[in-house]
Amino acid sequence: MGMTMTEKILARGAGRDSVRPGDLLLAKVDFAMGHDLTIPPAGKIMREQMGAEKIWDPERVAVTQDHFQPAKDAASATLGRLTREFSRDMGIKWYFEVGQGGICHTVLPENGLVLPGELVVGADSHSCTYGALNNFATGIGSTDLACVLALGELWFRVPETLKFVYHNRLREWVEAKDLILYVIGQIGVDGARSKAMEHTGESLRYIDMEARLTMTNMAIEAGAKNGIMEFDEVTKEYLEGRAKRPYTPVSSDPDAEYEKVFEFDAEKVELGVAKPMSPDNYAPLSEVAGTRLDQVFIGSCTNSRITDLRRAAAVLENHKVAPGVRLIITPSSHQVAIQAEKEGLIRTFLAAGAAWTTATCGACLGGHMGVLGEGEVCLSTTNRNFPGRMGHPKALVYLSNPAVAAASAVAGVITHPSEVLEKMPAGLA
Amino acid sequence: MTLPKVVRGRAWKFGSNVDTDQIIPAKYAIYSLDEKELGKHAMEGVPGRDTWASQVGQGDILVGGSNFGCGSSREIAPVAIRGAGISLVIADSFARIFFRNAINMGYPILQSPQAAEAVEDGDELEVDLEEGVIRNFTKGDEYRAEPFPKFMNDLLRMGGLVPWVRKQLEERRRMAASRG
Repeated sequence: MGMTMTEKILARGAGRDSVRPGDLLLAKVDFAMGHDLTIPPAGKIMREQMGAEKIWDPERVAVTQDHFQPAKDAASATLGRLTREFSRDMGIKWYFEVGQGGICHTVLPENGLVLPGELVVGADSHSCTYGALNNFATGIGSTDLACVLALGELWFRVPETLKFVYHNRLREWVEAKDLILYVIGQIGVDGARSKAMEHTGESLRYIDMEARLTMTNMAIEAGAKNGIMEFDEVTKEYLEGRAKRPYTPVSSDPDAEYEKVFEFDAEKVELGVAKPMSPDNYAPLSEVAGTRLDQVFIGSCTNSRITDLRRAAAVLENHKVAPGVRLIITPSSHQVAIQAEKEGLIRTFLAAGAAWTTATCGACLGGHMGVLGEGEVCLSTTNRNFPGRMGHPKALVYLSNPAVAAASAVAGVITHPSEVLEKMPAGLA
Repeated sequence: MTLPKVVRGRAWKFGSNVDTDQIIPAKYAIYSLDEKELGKHAMEGVPGRDTWASQVGQGDILVGGSNFGCGSSREIAPVAIRGAGISLVIADSFARIFFRNAINMGYPILQSPQAAEAVEDGDELEVDLEEGVIRNFTKGDEYRAEPFPKFMNDLLRMGGLVPWVRKQLEERRRMAASRG
């Protein structure tokens, strides 16, 4: 019986020839990640409770200062200090200081640290993002991370795999974000609970790596253990000059077993949003157009890489943010910010009247730099809109792609980008 | 810390897809290393339950719907619930990271669609954790929990992943020493 990509990676990690869904394994981890909210508890558990003095491999761990950093208050400064000290004491090679890294899920792929065929864990639920690069990547807790740091191994239950096949090309204005919001709307926030989401089909050939990362990023919003894609020319090209280690891609066997296969016609997917208060509350844009907004946020590990910012800038060029609305733009990494500066995107944002921040998770999780108050309405390029996610439990959050967010900031209400920009420039569409 | 055999307490009923931002809003992540402080804010993000933690009695039982604990990977979600005094979480189903975190902490959870459906807020429950039997004194009902795989049960019973890793580390040290 053949195996899926997910099964093959877990089997290799466990040193077995084959595995089946439901098997419980102890598997070797290739790369691990933690950040300023998860390293302090993990470090404490590892040293004080587990009694480990050093970590299994300082070259295979990355640590970012992204959630509440630059420190939003004195307590966050303590978490930042504990994260910094642990990374220094353990000799962690891939430590990213404030102002030099950014959001973990952008930093790891852009630095070529998470590679095809690998088994990757991160103490953050959106660690499933990395799977667009043909690896098994999943979010874990702090005790999990402490175990991995101490031993380089962790227990896993082999997930059933759901296969998502996409046909045809996305239409004009419709982005990978719309596609994944649509899919989650179809299957629900527990539609892939504890399972693997394998994305495949010819549509992906036309979806670049950054947009693919947006799709696997939101696997957790369907409850999935991981999101994974095949290795192809797009993957290969992205990793050229970037990959920090040699790698071996994996592919699913033709006779691999899937729990279920979903087929989607990408061409039929409309530009859309997730309405409050759940990521599976999908609606076509036409249904919510005209909704009044207090804040627009372009940021997060989901949709604030350079291609996202280029699209937002194309819409904002020669326009102003509407009175009564605030637009906050947070690049997802320092490298993204440098590139945005080189291309003149920041000038466009500032001229439009947007607040441009340093790279941080910031407003996405209601941390800082854009927390919502009671009754406020926000359109956001992020991943979650459960009650209280971005601040007050009675704030309303709509999720969209960056071009819709930018156009809506200009109009002051949820708006189709074609009402602000006639056509997305070639190369950005 | 070993698992109690039986727990008794008042049931606190919650709905489906209660996510980690509702269980413990991210702003309290600054208290990541302080279980008591986290406990004071447990479930504060659930609409209408913002003073819940102050009403919980020591040993009470939380009963959730499906996909309980979805969202973030934050381990402070089960930590906050434990910190509030809850002895056991029963749900129709658990989101996977919440599930892992609870098992890894050696914190008892039970999956029982039967109980999640039938139990009402305020019911008095007695739960035999070894047998996976939930007795509802208020209704005179009895529900079964779905059994977990052996490895997860073993982890729970030994007190979670910490003692397991300690054992692994000891073995590795012994092997390294014997190699001289």
